[in-house]
Amino acid sequence: MSPLDLTASSVEDPASDPAPAAAPIQPVVLLDQVSRMFPTDPPVEALRSIDLRVEPSEYVAIIGPSGSGKSTLLNVLGLLDRPTSGRYLLDGIDTADLGDAARAAERGRRIGFVFQSFHLLSYRTVEENVGLSELYLGTNRKDRRRRAIEALERVGLSHRLGFEPVRLSGGERQRVAIARAVLGDPSLLLCDEPTGNLDSVNTASVLDLFDDLRAQGITILVITHDAEVAARAQRRVRMVDGQLGEVA
Amino acid sequence: MVALRRARHPVSSRPRLRLPDLVDETLAGVFARPARAALTTLGTVLGIASLVATLGISRTAGSQIVGRFDELAATQVTVASRTTGSGSSERAAAFLPWDVESRIDRLNGVVAAGAVAEVANPGTVRTVPLRDPETVTERLVPVYAASFGLLDAVRGQISVGRWYDEGHVTRRDRVAVIGADVATQFGIDRLDAQPGVFIGDELFTVIGIIDAAPRDAGLVSSIIVPYTSAQDRLEVTRPERVVIETDIGAAQLIAEQAPVALAPNGAEGLKVTAPRDPTTTKNAVEDDVNQLFLLLGLISLVVGAIGIANVTLVTVMERTGEIGLRRALGASRRHIAVQFLAESTAMGLVGGIIGATVGIVTIVGVAGSRQWTPVLDLWLPLAAPLAGALVGLIAGLYPSIRAARMEPVDALRAGT
Repeated sequence: MSPLDLTASSVEDPASDPAPAAAPIQPVVLLDQVSRMFPTDPPVEALRSIDLRVEPSEYVAIIGPSGSGKSTLLNVLGLLDRPTSGRYLLDGIDTADLGDAARAAERGRRIGFVFQSFHLLSYRTVEENVGLSELYLGTNRKDRRRRAIEALERVGLSHRLGFEPVRLSGGERQRVAIARAVLGDPSLLLCDEPTGNLDSVNTASVLDLFDDLRAQGITILVITHDAEVAARAQRRVRMVDGQLGEVA
Repeated sequence: MVALRRARHPVSSRPRLRLPDLVDETLAGVFARPARAALTTLGTVLGIASLVATLGISRTAGSQIVGRFDELAATQVTVASRTTGSGSSERAAAFLPWDVESRIDRLNGVVAAGAVAEVANPGTVRTVPLRDPETVTERLVPVYAASFGLLDAVRGQISVGRWYDEGHVTRRDRVAVIGADVATQFGIDRLDAQPGVFIGDELFTVIGIIDAAPRDAGLVSSIIVPYTSAQDRLEVTRPERVVIETDIGAAQLIAEQAPVALAPNGAEGLKVTAPRDPTTTKNAVEDDVNQLFLLLGLISLVVGAIGIANVTLVTVMERTGEIGLRRALGASRRHIAVQFLAESTAMGLVGGIIGATVGIVTIVGVAGSRQWTPVLDLWLPLAAPLAGALVGLIAGLYPSIRAARMEPVDALRAGT
């Protein structure tokens, strides 16, 4: 389960697998009739009764035109927004029961975000930017630093530890952001147009990285309208007017 | 750590932020824009510096004034009769005794005491009963009747001869001590011939010349005679005032005790003149100096606080994306608020430390230029940085609340 901590997982696998015998396979994401309405005038129904199930280690692409509700879905999945109705189970936890602080904690622990605009802090080094991911988990600083370096090795940037993000290329920046996203060992990697600001060479390197991560067992959900990105995913879901439909 | 990460699935209650991490984030946030942080801090520096300098300089000046008082005035207590009524019906409310030495010297803290009264109509003073038309031989000189303790009580100095003692007083000797000015006027410079002076028609033998009396400079131009012979021949009845020299610091105590010792039955009829309590004097001086400058210091502090609040607010707006990111990484609203509060407090604290330093240097500089001893309350350099931090904390409240209230979705969308 832990792509970044192979020693630990090899020791504990499969004895302490998070999906014990009682519940055969726990889906990472389970959306049950989720709707999100924005109370504007007239009201906008961004999500209409969405059902979605994402199993562990799946690589899912959500495609669709802009304004179709992709970003709203991502916000709901990332616990940044609450659905108006319906149920959202993340790792089997009903997120409707969580208060604001608990949602923040779950967000930090279970979800890794990758943004189109990277969202790296310009005044912090690459290594510090990655370590930020565990800041609000209250982990030990030395361990965090070690894991940040390991994560950067995974994305092939161990030679950029002390750099400031402005000195990196776009592709490198997104790889730093991905290292940050996977550092907390999240259940779900949520990527919002991860290649939207990248040229084709850098896009290819990021997509290769996603393939690697997926091979290591990370669950990935990518929102994109780039056909090339979607094509790399194992499963594609199309979103139109707030409704989802599987793409063959 | 590994075990904790493996057991990541139980529902966690709250996100956590460790203190060392908060310190790291705060320092990184402040030093991300060092020039801006420095300029922001400047207002607090000025405010704290002027407060510290004001308090320190007034304290320094205050102790300086007290230091001058100490030498002479702070050890003098004078007791006189109160008068009741007015005009022709005016009369003393209580009478002073002549034997003040035996009454007052027993009090702890008294160095010397003496009673004195001016002779009302001494007549002219001359040295010999001779009428010489060519020189002025008769003069009007103030004449005082005094107990033998007066010399020490006024810190008088005898240049020639001696002062009269208790024996002269008891024997009612007709002796006189003349002031140096009087001696010059009458051409008396040696006493081995036992020169005499006529006060009115009464002859007194000059036994000494007093050439200094710091507490009562008028004595140097006067003639002083024992009160007993003055009662006999110069129609003196009661002392007008009692002069007491005290130990340093005892003046307040003696001022309370002396009236009772002098007039056990009518102490309230006596008027005591004592130096102001040194603390009162000092406080009064400090108050005068302080009021205005404290106000100025407070105003600059408020301006500094507004500066910090303003810059922190701008910073919050600039870092909207960062706030969104931190929320996405698991920060609660409280963490966001705490981080910006910590940044503004840190700027205030640094401003307070620099301001306290500048203020103390100013105090030492001013004291040095006036050759004063710089006096500094110990709490001041400690309290000043705390005050700065408090200013920063208060200034950061509103921006922090703004930052914490941002919705992560909006913050992520707005910022890059």
